[in-house]
Amino acid sequence: MSDPASSDRSVQYGIVGDALRDVVRKVPQDEPPPWPANDQLAVVGKPTPRLDARQKVTGQALYTFDVQLDGMLFGCTVSSTVAHARIRSIDTSKAERHPGVRAVHILDRVLMTASLRDPGDEAKQRYPTVRYLGQPIAGIAATSARAAREAASLVQIEYEPLPHVVSLEEARQPDAPMIFPGPTEQPATAGGGGAQKGLDQKGNLRGPATNTRGNVDQGFADAEVVVEREYRTQVQTHVPMETHGIVADWRDDELTLYASTQFTLSVRDEAVEIFGLDPAKVRVLSEFTGGGFGAKYGIGNYGALAIHLSRKARAPVRFMLDRREEHVTVGNRPATVQQLKIGAKRDGTLTAVRLRSFGTGGVAAGAGVGSCHSTLYACSNVSTEHYDVFTNAGPAAAFRGPGQVQGIFALEQAIDEIADKLGIDPIELRDRIDTRDVDDSKARKVERHRGAQRFGWEKRRPTNADAGPIKRGVGMAQSQWYYIVHKDTECEVRVLGDGTVQAFSSAQDIGTGTRTVFAQVIAEEFGLRTEEIDARIGDSRYPAGPPSGGSRVTSSLTPAARNAAYRAAQELAKHIAPLLGCKPGEVVFSGGKVEGPTRSMGFREAIREARIDTIVQRSRRVPDYEGYARTAGDFQLSRHGIGGVQFAQISVDTETGVVKVERVLAVHDCGRPINPQLVESQIYGGVIQGVSYALYEERHLDGASGVQLNANIDQYKIVGSRETPAIEVHLIEQLGGQSSTDARGVAEPANVATAAAIANAFFNATGKRILTLPLTPANVLAALRAPDERGNA
Amino acid sequence: MNSFEWIDASSVDEASRLLAESTHDRPVIAKAGGMDVLDLMKEGILRPARVVNLRTIQGLDGIQTDASRSLHLGALVTLAQISSDPNVLKHYGALAAAASHAATPQVRNVATLGGNLLQRPRCWYFRHEHFSGEDVAEAVRQGENQYHGIFATEQTPLVHASTPATALVAYDARVQLSSVRGQHTVAISDFLLPPDPGRDRDAALQQGEILTQVTLPALADGTQSAYRKQTERDSYDWPLCDVAVVLRRGSDARVESIAIALGWVAPTPMRATEAEAILLGHRVDEEAARRAARAAVSKAKPLSRNAYKVDVLEAVIRRTILDAATR
Ligand SMILES: Cc1cc2nc3c(=O)[nH]c(=O)nc-3n(C[C@H](O)[C@H](O)[C@H](O)COP(=O)(O)OP(=O)(O)OC[C@H]3O[C@@H](n4cnc5c(N)ncnc54)[C@H](O)[C@@H]3O)c2cc1C
Repeated sequence: MSDPASSDRSVQYGIVGDALRDVVRKVPQDEPPPWPANDQLAVVGKPTPRLDARQKVTGQALYTFDVQLDGMLFGCTVSSTVAHARIRSIDTSKAERHPGVRAVHILDRVLMTASLRDPGDEAKQRYPTVRYLGQPIAGIAATSARAAREAASLVQIEYEPLPHVVSLEEARQPDAPMIFPGPTEQPATAGGGGAQKGLDQKGNLRGPATNTRGNVDQGFADAEVVVEREYRTQVQTHVPMETHGIVADWRDDELTLYASTQFTLSVRDEAVEIFGLDPAKVRVLSEFTGGGFGAKYGIGNYGALAIHLSRKARAPVRFMLDRREEHVTVGNRPATVQQLKIGAKRDGTLTAVRLRSFGTGGVAAGAGVGSCHSTLYACSNVSTEHYDVFTNAGPAAAFRGPGQVQGIFALEQAIDEIADKLGIDPIELRDRIDTRDVDDSKARKVERHRGAQRFGWEKRRPTNADAGPIKRGVGMAQSQWYYIVHKDTECEVRVLGDGTVQAFSSAQDIGTGTRTVFAQVIAEEFGLRTEEIDARIGDSRYPAGPPSGGSRVTSSLTPAARNAAYRAAQELAKHIAPLLGCKPGEVVFSGGKVEGPTRSMGFREAIREARIDTIVQRSRRVPDYEGYARTAGDFQLSRHGIGGVQFAQISVDTETGVVKVERVLAVHDCGRPINPQLVESQIYGGVIQGVSYALYEERHLDGASGVQLNANIDQYKIVGSRETPAIEVHLIEQLGGQSSTDARGVAEPANVATAAAIANAFFNATGKRILTLPLTPANVLAALRAPDERGNA
Repeated sequence: MNSFEWIDASSVDEASRLLAESTHDRPVIAKAGGMDVLDLMKEGILRPARVVNLRTIQGLDGIQTDASRSLHLGALVTLAQISSDPNVLKHYGALAAAASHAATPQVRNVATLGGNLLQRPRCWYFRHEHFSGEDVAEAVRQGENQYHGIFATEQTPLVHASTPATALVAYDARVQLSSVRGQHTVAISDFLLPPDPGRDRDAALQQGEILTQVTLPALADGTQSAYRKQTERDSYDWPLCDVAVVLRRGSDARVESIAIALGWVAPTPMRATEAEAILLGHRVDEEAARRAARAAVSKAKPLSRNAYKVDVLEAVIRRTILDAATR
């Protein structure tokens, strides 16, 4: 389909400093001219501190936790104290008599979990079945947080216990207690999530979801080397600094929600869906969000409770989760078991990939291991088979690089093992097999070589080279993530008569620096400084912005922002041209000035003199010039991806099993980096969280009770300052010729390869594969004691 | 957390009298730095009606050496003070190291020695309200016991949490207890009791008694000591095990006296008597240390998930012996 309003344009394509060439794309006629490479821009591509840095470090930034409204009440959850049960009765009378209590609400629906395809599979009952310990049952609103907690402890619940199972292994067994009495579905909601529809379900096993091409048996028959292993990854919980929470203020004419969220519009839409409201009457505000990592979509059970309670009490209710609820109830990265077999020719060509995987997202479906096994490397024979395994545990949620982080841990170790068996350098092997004609593959190629040089890869020693108990090694692994563009992204730019430039988007800033990047793109068009733009975000009343998930904010928002700013600037030029004695097309916005061929004026001065009333321009995110591979839910997927290559140097104390990550070099691409400083900061975060996942984090559930034993930040171990390696970031600038900014994402890719790079370094150090995450002394010593499996399969 | 009454005690006697009034229904508890008290109150494990603040008592926060060169540490001395006191650093290096490796700088600035010895176990079953009133030891044996004991687990799989205690056991410290009825001292290893969730404390402290002082005996010239706390993380972490070694060698380099204490592996810090016997009268070298460490763990009976701790402990014992011998 050719768009009549499009025309062929020549745009730059390639990696700056490597190979740039012109390609021809069909570009809508009113698109701004393509930007040159970053070194020729004034604001974009320049490291710029985040606009709200001072507010954040001085405590001025107001998070949901800080919202104080007149007459505000405090909410608190009543949660289940058993792992699996039917609820016979709930007696809230004592709680209601507590002097501080203003409202009590019992949930009649639980969010974030899978639900029965046929509700008739379960006998009808008054209250939702409890399927994990900690499941929210009711909420209390009281005049103080303490009164709410006291009252919560007065609620009496009579359970009819059902048998439960919390471990993936046990839940897989045919005779395991069943979490759901029949097949389930988990449609994607405004709250996110979702699993493939209509799959089989036997016992707790839902699936398989399959993906097949070619003939895998033939592929293995043709193979000259085969590697086969079972990899295991643990459950990781999100642990954002700010827990989930909402302040709900129900009025007869409007519902206002202050939310710690990754997607203001999902909060609005889910509230609309559950309470049957008019979207225009629901306003969501999110000035600052203290992190999310994928789990902060929608209103959640706490949000539903907050709204119910506010409506009942006729007062605003602040409902923040405590740290224990945060660990248990609002998301985690599923545990997996991945049986992976790969065959290759002597030259490294992959002949077959077979994967059978299991993942448990507790009571939630959608615990897959990403698409890397079938899409990262060229291979004609692939078969993947994935099963979700239900357990009586809190629901999984998207988590920074969902699926791919787990999948890459297995895949990149298997590729490393093939390289070792064939005696081919791991980088050379990837040069031979990472050859798909997509931008991420091209990026990784450059990243591997620039990275190898900076890292000193050529100094890599043979496996197990240290004689003493402390062994050092290096490893590398590749990242792969989707290049996603949100479907409906719009923004507005206003120029006021006094020269103020404002920009509006409902998008939120969860710590990534969205506000700053948004302002930068607009500043570039007006020749202003970033801090001169009044960028307003985090209000559902503003033009629709993207969610902070899927690494899609910058790729979706910045082209819309640039286009709106570009149009506003063009309109402005018409008014200013007469003052400069030139044609509008000759007006240049640069360095805080407006310049004509002969005269120039200050930006504000020119606007005042031109007596301009407010200029308003709105723009949508134009689809990628090359189009998309497919549409999924609220986003579109490019056929191209985002790459990234990470190198790690570690030491292993083979007597105590303690592993230290000494150094990580992270080489990444994100299309055009709009703000290299913020990109670096995302990559630091990704690497640190990756080290934390690889070495420390693990949810521990007690099998007998279903209690999470370490639902705190003492025994749930997270990387600390002393465990943070020296991290070097190297960024490449890749122009894809797809949008007016050519920006892509980086938050997730930065987290995908770290654990695998560390695992490969472990092999280089010790000669043993570490197949189980995390690399705790218990797992490391077990791996070191395993029989030496080097040699041929 | 429940509401409670707060009283600043002005003397040991007053505190002792107030604490003696504690009953099951109206618990009265002492608070020094308040670190563990606060943690336990937040979990609903402690629900005091009254909190007696000991920090307002004068004279319990000093470190002194007496004429016999014994070292006296007041119960309110903080871990930070211990880790930087020149006398402790010079003569009782293992204790200074243990204090400086405990917890975090912020915690060490308020945590007192007395409170540290009287803290409750870090066991994640004990600390979770879900298991209160249940048989915690049995839950541990059946469950997630990767951080629990590997010795005398039939007695209890819980381990005492104090890491400075490990060094104090190696130095054979004594603890002074005071109450309105008077004052007495007891050896640290008799003072610390196997953790028992059913009791109010894991130490031989009677109701109404205040821990007032910890005394380390004078050490013969030439005594060397070392301490290691093995954690998964460096930034701050509870140990997998910790080891303190105090030894003295004669002019022929043969060991004349030695104490090896092991923490976080048994209900209370234990002496590795077999290892001590192997080294006594011998020179300390790599091989001797190896044999001693092996002997020390030979009777370990790990739980279902903590066999790895036996290997870790063995390595740490060997390394700490060698550290002490090269100090
Ligand atoms: C993050 C973190 C990490 C930690 N890591 C370590 C570690 O590595 N090693 C370690 O040993 N500890 C560690 N701790 C524990 C900490 O050291 C103890 O909680 C602290 O030492 C307790 O001392 P306190 O003065 O605060 O005692 P409090 O909390 O005030 O009291 C503890 C108990 O002792 C009683 N008590 C206190 N003083 C007296 C007295 N003089 N007479 C009678 N009874 C008394 C109180 O009634 C209470 O029962 C850690 C704690 C935290 C929070």
